[in-house]
Amino acid sequence: MLSRAIRRSFASPLRRNAFVPAGRPAFRMVTTDAASSHADKEAVPKEDDKPFEVRLSDESFETYELDPPPYTLSTTKAELKQMYYDMVAVRRMEMAADRLYKEKKIRGFCHLSTGQEAVAVGIEHAIEKTDHLITAYRCHGFALMRGGTVKSIIGELLGRRGGIAYGKGGSMHMFAPGFYGGNGIVGAQVPVGAGIAFAMKYNQKDAVTLALYGDGASNQGQVFEAFNMAKLWNLPVVFGCENNKYGMGTAASRSSALTDYYKRGQYIPGLKINGMDVLAVKAAVQYGKEWCREGKGPLVYEYVTYRYGGHSMSDPGTTYRTREEIQRMRSTNDPIAGLKQKLLDWGVVSEEELKAIDKEARSNVDAEVAEAEEMPIPDPTGKVLFEDIYVRGSEPEFMRGRIPEENFYYTEADMGNEQTPIART
Amino acid sequence: MAAKTPSIRALSRYLLRPQTSLHSCCQHRTQRKPYSAAAGARLNGTVEYDTTSLLHHTSRSALANPELPADVRKGQTKRINLYTAVNEALRHALQTDERVLVFGEDIQFGGVFRCTMNLAADFGTERVFNTPLSEQGLVGFAIGAASEGMRPVAEIQFADYVFPAFDQIVNEAAKYRYRSGTTGVHCGGLVIRMPTGVVGHGALYHSQSPEALFAHTPGLRVVIPRSPTQAKGLLLSAIRTNDPVIFMEPKVLYRAAVEQVPVDAYHLPLDKAEVLKTGKDVTIVSYGTPLYTCSASIEAAEKDFGCSAELIDLRTIYPWDRETVLKSVKKTGRAIVVHESMMNAGVGAEVAATIQERAFLRLEAPVKRVTGWATHTGLIFEKFIIPDVTRVYDAIKKTIDY
Repeated sequence: MLSRAIRRSFASPLRRNAFVPAGRPAFRMVTTDAASSHADKEAVPKEDDKPFEVRLSDESFETYELDPPPYTLSTTKAELKQMYYDMVAVRRMEMAADRLYKEKKIRGFCHLSTGQEAVAVGIEHAIEKTDHLITAYRCHGFALMRGGTVKSIIGELLGRRGGIAYGKGGSMHMFAPGFYGGNGIVGAQVPVGAGIAFAMKYNQKDAVTLALYGDGASNQGQVFEAFNMAKLWNLPVVFGCENNKYGMGTAASRSSALTDYYKRGQYIPGLKINGMDVLAVKAAVQYGKEWCREGKGPLVYEYVTYRYGGHSMSDPGTTYRTREEIQRMRSTNDPIAGLKQKLLDWGVVSEEELKAIDKEARSNVDAEVAEAEEMPIPDPTGKVLFEDIYVRGSEPEFMRGRIPEENFYYTEADMGNEQTPIART
Repeated sequence: MAAKTPSIRALSRYLLRPQTSLHSCCQHRTQRKPYSAAAGARLNGTVEYDTTSLLHHTSRSALANPELPADVRKGQTKRINLYTAVNEALRHALQTDERVLVFGEDIQFGGVFRCTMNLAADFGTERVFNTPLSEQGLVGFAIGAASEGMRPVAEIQFADYVFPAFDQIVNEAAKYRYRSGTTGVHCGGLVIRMPTGVVGHGALYHSQSPEALFAHTPGLRVVIPRSPTQAKGLLLSAIRTNDPVIFMEPKVLYRAAVEQVPVDAYHLPLDKAEVLKTGKDVTIVSYGTPLYTCSASIEAAEKDFGCSAELIDLRTIYPWDRETVLKSVKKTGRAIVVHESMMNAGVGAEVAATIQERAFLRLEAPVKRVTGWATHTGLIFEKFIIPDVTRVYDAIKKTIDY
């Protein structure tokens, strides 16, 4: 039993298909090939902003009680280039975080999304700024895509006052317009996402909420509580399991009785998506947004992806999987390399142009990271330590320090007024 | 959770007997008292809710409350019990603010304790609705709605059921504002209501008072009202404030506490304790149901020992009003803290520690705590576990004679 599970998790998709017993209809497996989409070179227009059709691979989706999204996606050269830029920027930022952590400048917890860029970027290109997104702790890419700056994100990791959350949250706590974080407790953001979706519906706003969680969190009880409420009240929410195949250091097949996370909604239609192909992600999320807009209720998505690094910085990520497996994913399924190859194949950009985009993304990120490093550390004052526990101006008389002399008296500091929440759109 | 259904039925059957209509709640005199007196007991008689000085038995005394705004004090009052006061506060909030939502388990038909009676019918099931029996999910849902600007009032059917939602309350609700920094995201519109405390025969899972657990969490406000007037004003303030509030309603008072309550809406402060009775020899600090016990003890002690005791209702358990308490203790030199939940790391510990820290040189006796015993509330042992009149009376005697 155990050995079968292990073998299965390492078996290639093709091989698994070969074992489908005769008599049962052969079902397609979702590929994680990042370069599986297709466009005719002749059909690609000269103009940057003229739409053209891209055909997604037949293996982009698997469905559960749902008709698949269209396998053609309308895009433009400008959009493809932007997607490429975004993915390179996210990765560059994560690499910078990796370096700063190893230099001991970033302390504490830090979860990188290297390898999973296509999910954050694909989703952002499918939704509007008025839509809402809430995710777990692997959130840097989402924070950047939703409108955070590299400087404010790296500043946050460094614990600087100029960080996106005043340097108080660090890796897991980032907010932006339409972005509700960045949540450190496994699975806790999922019912919160259902609540946000409810508020959207109640206020008759035409917006969708995406509530993301990992394959590890998918076994949390509250995820199922959220599914139930969302279906019961027909909420416009797309639950999304980012299946990177390992919940911390445990392979999905060793933690989950059903690893088809898109079927976990049971009474909610589901879709499994090639999360390494940014175009497939965009097509799926566009479809989900439209589905919710039509009042059809929630969906459960599964983005099949892969994280190259460990769960967090303290995890080398090689004790529970082989280096060969990581190497194989990196060299054959990388989302950035995949899109790059397509852009060149389809003649969207020349090699020189692509290099220029690469360079631009890297130098922009590097410049902002350098700025973030220069940002001052927070003032060592009680005001900074004790602000925002309660509504500014309505705090209790004081909060305790370690000794009575350190007690912070709110009356003795100008705490200012309540801030406007930027995530509400 | 499996035990939930039968116990709820049993409890509601008990609490709903006799079947009183909204306006005949004064029939409570015929109701069986939750504290039944031991035969021949001198002090531990039944709690006299219809004569206690803690409730406003006349319109005049209700309107004399200086915390009420001037226009409310010129208005009318109505004799109602605590659940009706909660109902009126919710009704007012729903009427005046579109963003207010009321939801929880079984609240659509009025809830186990009838606090949400007729709200679904009057405001529609879009705003007042039942949730599945999933505390963690429903609190998470409420936090999400609040972070998007709604003002949800979520009900946990009994405080004993709040524990699955503890993570959501402590890790999400309480920290939301702090961890969002520059971006200002918060779930301040959130109020989580829950019936708390003993009720006569609630046993293990319908008797707990977990306020100390929430009082350990900066970012939350924890409120426990003692009477219908307080419940209405404090609940409206809880809904209005932009901090998440845990609002715990002593369930035994839902029907037992009946008083004249202003008809108009009003807000009571969430950061002020209230001195219910002034005195000069000893300060008794309490909140919720035990205040009635304290009041009876004080009456007996004053008669027997010729002392004079000051009684303070904390009202907000966290953040709490240290100033009022310290001012009183500095005057009297003695203090007793009384609460239903157990002593270990309870609210009494916090209050006592603060007193010795800030009023040490004024103290004539150690601060005494009269609390529930550190055990579980066995069905038949309830009245032995919670502080009764004799224990508070004894504490007054010991403190004064120290």
